[in-house]
Amino acid sequence: MPSKPQPSEERASWFLKFGALGALLFLHIPLILIFLYAFTTEESAYTFPPPGLTLKWFPLALSNPAMQDALLLSIKVASLATFSALILGTLAAAAVYRFDFFGKDAVSFMLILPLALPGIVTGIALRSAISLMHIPFSFWTIVIGHATFCVVVVYNNVLARFRRSSNSMIEASMDLGANSFQTFWHIVLPNIGTALLAGAILAFSLSFDEVIVTTFTAGNQQTLPIWIFSQMLKPRNRPITNVTAMLVVLITALPILFAQRITAGTSDSDGGSK
Amino acid sequence: MSDKKAIELINVCRVFESASGNVNAVDNVSLEIRDGEFFSLLGPSGSGKTTSLRMVAGFDRPTSGQILLYGKDVSNLPPYERDVNTVFQDYALFPHMTVGENVAYGLMIKKISKPDREKSAEEMLDLVQLPGFSGRKPSQLSGGQRQRVALARALINHPKVLLLDEPLGALDLKLRQQMQVELKSIQKRVGITFIFVTHDQEEALTMSDRIAVFNQGRIEQVGTPAEIYEHPATPFVANFVGTSNLISGEVAKRITGSEARFSVRPEKIHLSKTDEKFDADMFSVGGKVRDVVYLGLYTRYLVELDGGGDLVVVEQNLKTTSMDVMQAKDQKVSLFWKKEHIRYVGG
Repeated sequence: MPSKPQPSEERASWFLKFGALGALLFLHIPLILIFLYAFTTEESAYTFPPPGLTLKWFPLALSNPAMQDALLLSIKVASLATFSALILGTLAAAAVYRFDFFGKDAVSFMLILPLALPGIVTGIALRSAISLMHIPFSFWTIVIGHATFCVVVVYNNVLARFRRSSNSMIEASMDLGANSFQTFWHIVLPNIGTALLAGAILAFSLSFDEVIVTTFTAGNQQTLPIWIFSQMLKPRNRPITNVTAMLVVLITALPILFAQRITAGTSDSDGGSK
Repeated sequence: MSDKKAIELINVCRVFESASGNVNAVDNVSLEIRDGEFFSLLGPSGSGKTTSLRMVAGFDRPTSGQILLYGKDVSNLPPYERDVNTVFQDYALFPHMTVGENVAYGLMIKKISKPDREKSAEEMLDLVQLPGFSGRKPSQLSGGQRQRVALARALINHPKVLLLDEPLGALDLKLRQQMQVELKSIQKRVGITFIFVTHDQEEALTMSDRIAVFNQGRIEQVGTPAEIYEHPATPFVANFVGTSNLISGEVAKRITGSEARFSVRPEKIHLSKTDEKFDADMFSVGGKVRDVVYLGLYTRYLVELDGGGDLVVVEQNLKTTSMDVMQAKDQKVSLFWKKEHIRYVGG
């Protein structure tokens, strides 16, 4: 039986509770402020407490055509980057897990590097490479830029799942008469399914709010975060930006919560062969 | 059992290439396994027994040589085109499927209709004494139950040969002994050739019709359990299967009159505290008891021979108590055994 670590029965000390509460407040007060000022009646300045609350910014923000374009672009970019990451990341994870080849550790390291590298470095590197190859900066160059770090997320998730599942499962499937395709469909895919979903959601969230790499790889397109950034210079629209920021938080945070749920729920089903 | 050959390995070699040099995991192995036989591949880890099994299953290909399955060359066929099935050491059950789906997997791949394969799966679960388990998930089963599911899953395709890769290794002693008996009876019932890989000599002796003893990629001896135990062909077999005393050189000369190396089983040696008369068909040697280990059922003595060397002697505690046997320590004794109980093992 797989055993889960049980939380200790002991009560946390008041000191620990206080510390945890402090850390949570520190992390989330700015977020709460954004949420709060999405409802303020003031147009430009932030005064505390807000003089009044209103919902009027919501229709205004949602009907803003520039914001709509930016949102649509961000969703398209994130979807495509995630899709290519799913395919490339899974293939890379399978190769690194299944086979021993020359330079395997180096390949593994280089796959993870884009996530660890500062975005600015990735951005400059991509910009130079894209210019050198005379590719016009466009929607597709943004997708390529985002795919570099999305692949890592999928790769890491899938590789971790492969390592937790027993390799002889694949052999058992072939042994029972299934060819490679049937084995992938009936055995491999169901076992990495939740890892793929979790990886995809994380990749989507990463891509959706990415600013730095986007700045370097975009032409004149504005993704949602870049649009928000440009709006910061126009104080009159501040509540609209706050509304949009709330939207971004929801679009990125909820799927991540969901991803945590599904991966937590499946972690013990891998124990089948241990 | 018939004289038909189920499996033939002909001069099979498997070389693993690595940066630190090539390893001959299986080194020119030839072997015939008969139809309906319970055949064990016995040897220490790294002796090539598992690699040999994996080549029969198709997970690994021989570097050279041939593998025949009922006369047909399968050396280069993928696993899914061979009429053999495997029970894996870690069971390799599919965690996302129920027990019933696991067992019926082979039939699902063959596109047998759902009601038919569910019925077959139930029959197989009956055979391995897990009736009514088909709705459970593998994670809800104990180790012994998973083992049975793995067996049912491998048998459902009615393979010509069933391969078992140390399937009892993860079970505790009691359960293992129970499964040994059960495996043997299932094999008799289904009449399929079983090839069983193990490093446990007792397990091999208990279950097998014949045993191949592996060492360093080669086969040292093939024979029935009795042949392997009583007539070990090499020093390695004498040592690996059961405990054995190996005597050679000067000491051997004083006992048998020849320097040739021989082995004698500890339980064949009689230990006497008096200078008993012994028959002419016996060898004898004097010594001093250096150590006594009381093991309940029997007692093990380590006897230092006069003039060098030592022998392990095992005697059943038929009449003696622990107090009696302990008194033997540091006593002078004489040892004797029937001449027919020594084996010249060469080397």
